[in-house]
Amino acid sequence: MSDTLIPEHLKYTVSHEWVLKEGDVVTIGITDHAQHELGDIVFVELPEVGQTVEAGKGVAVIEAVKTVADVYSPAAGEVVEVNTILADDAGSINRDAYGSWIVKIRLTGALPSDLLDASGYKAQL
Amino acid sequence: MLSVSGASHTDDFLKAIPSHLRLNKPLALASGLSEMALSREVRRMAGKNRGLTDLTTFLGMGWTKHFIPAAVDSIVSRSEFTTAYTPYQAEASQGSLQQIFEYQTMVTELTGMEISNASLYDGATSLVEGLVMASASTKGRKGFAIARSVNPRWREVANTYAPSSNWSFHDIAWDPSTGMLDRSGAQAALAGGQIAALVVQSPNAFGQVEDLAGLSELAKASGALLVVAADPLSLSVIEPPSTFGADIVVGEMLGMGIPTSLGGPGLGLLATRKSLLRQMPGRVVGRTVDADGKRAYCLTAQTREQHIRREKATSNICSNQGLMVVSASVYLALQGPAGLAEVAEQCASRLAYAREELGKAKIRPLFSGTAIQEQAFALASGSRARVEAACKTAGLLPGVWLADYISGIPADTILVCVNETHTRADLDLLVATLSTAGGI
Repeated sequence: MSDTLIPEHLKYTVSHEWVLKEGDVVTIGITDHAQHELGDIVFVELPEVGQTVEAGKGVAVIEAVKTVADVYSPAAGEVVEVNTILADDAGSINRDAYGSWIVKIRLTGALPSDLLDASGYKAQL
Repeated sequence: MLSVSGASHTDDFLKAIPSHLRLNKPLALASGLSEMALSREVRRMAGKNRGLTDLTTFLGMGWTKHFIPAAVDSIVSRSEFTTAYTPYQAEASQGSLQQIFEYQTMVTELTGMEISNASLYDGATSLVEGLVMASASTKGRKGFAIARSVNPRWREVANTYAPSSNWSFHDIAWDPSTGMLDRSGAQAALAGGQIAALVVQSPNAFGQVEDLAGLSELAKASGALLVVAADPLSLSVIEPPSTFGADIVVGEMLGMGIPTSLGGPGLGLLATRKSLLRQMPGRVVGRTVDADGKRAYCLTAQTREQHIRREKATSNICSNQGLMVVSASVYLALQGPAGLAEVAEQCASRLAYAREELGKAKIRPLFSGTAIQEQAFALASGSRARVEAACKTAGLLPGVWLADYISGIPADTILVCVNETHTRADLDLLVATLSTAGGI
């Protein structure tokens, strides 16, 4: 796993989401490691803007050629924006996992304290 | 096993078989027979059976019999096809994939729809899967405005899904003068607001070709989809449901290279719009190029399948009917569009002959619209028992008694299904028997 990209400025979940917090909004995507494990991504099922999400529950679905995986929200909140570019180009996640965000969620509470930093995420891969 | 299954006696397992069809005594066999003698005796007993090949049959209602060219069996019985199970290591089975791809292509040509899946089990399960799709595509609506003239056996299968899926069916009557969908009834059934789909069949359970014009708009006005149950043979000569804005087309491919042996196995057709791909059950085979740039086939979508979606799969049916798909696609490829249309025309002209001849005994179609291979006829009131006895003597299965399946239909209505193998003598036998015993 030495060649997988894990930017220092992001937080991570054990379920392989990356999380970027700006104010009370978090941007969520999946890690480079996750996209590599999934293989060619062909479709991303996005939530609707305004939809409420619960911590640890699925917020989007990623469909690859051979499998389908849920994207979990790290915290409770409301979907404020979805990356509609993915509707036409789901493969952009394969090309640039950290440039291809999936959803933005306005938090209703705090982020959980057990999110990993880059070295913590790398250690558990 | 009895205690686990909650049965008190092994006979309980046979309850589904009507008691008058069960042998409620031991087989009359001498004791101590050798295996050879026993098998000879059982063969003799079995020889009393009369099946579809011994009788002149006009049965139909979704299970239509058509001639199957020898080439179909010859190709289908190749071990590459007969021994292969559904391709789980899909791309290693290029032949199977290409074959499914051809099937999908032919189904989209027949139905006019954008995409077809790799097939389902039969027409009834295709209808159910069409309803599941409609529900998923309308944010989980659970109501269906469904014509009472949809194949009653298919409706029965759909009803078995209702309790666990919280589905409700809002029946739409037929127009008593035309036998076609009653438009105001459809509007009323759709008015509930929670209707996922308007469901019609064409030709319908009376054999009538429905006028589908305007139905899509009617459904759309209530936010519902239009699901059309279609007959692949008829599609070769009538406008496909896509012309009228159908969102999902389902159907039964039995008869298209697939024999009516004990009622099956069937082959379920399901075609839809590209925009509903993610809700579609089963799988889609696509054509692409491999690493060397050569033509190759792959599984491009299997969105609702269990091995992909695991516990989140939304279809119980994740297979395709591999061997049946081979049969149907070989048959369709042999016929070609013109050949298939000729089969339909051959059927329609035989039906027209029977209709004209039956008319001489004042036996008329229940409704007067366009029919292709089957049509409901009104026999003399109270004549059913007489007709059944006469047909038994004549070695004839005259059709399906519709009142057994659809309420509100006169008891002496028979649904007659003709096919291209019926000779003039077969048709004359039908006409003579029905006219004598059921003429008015």
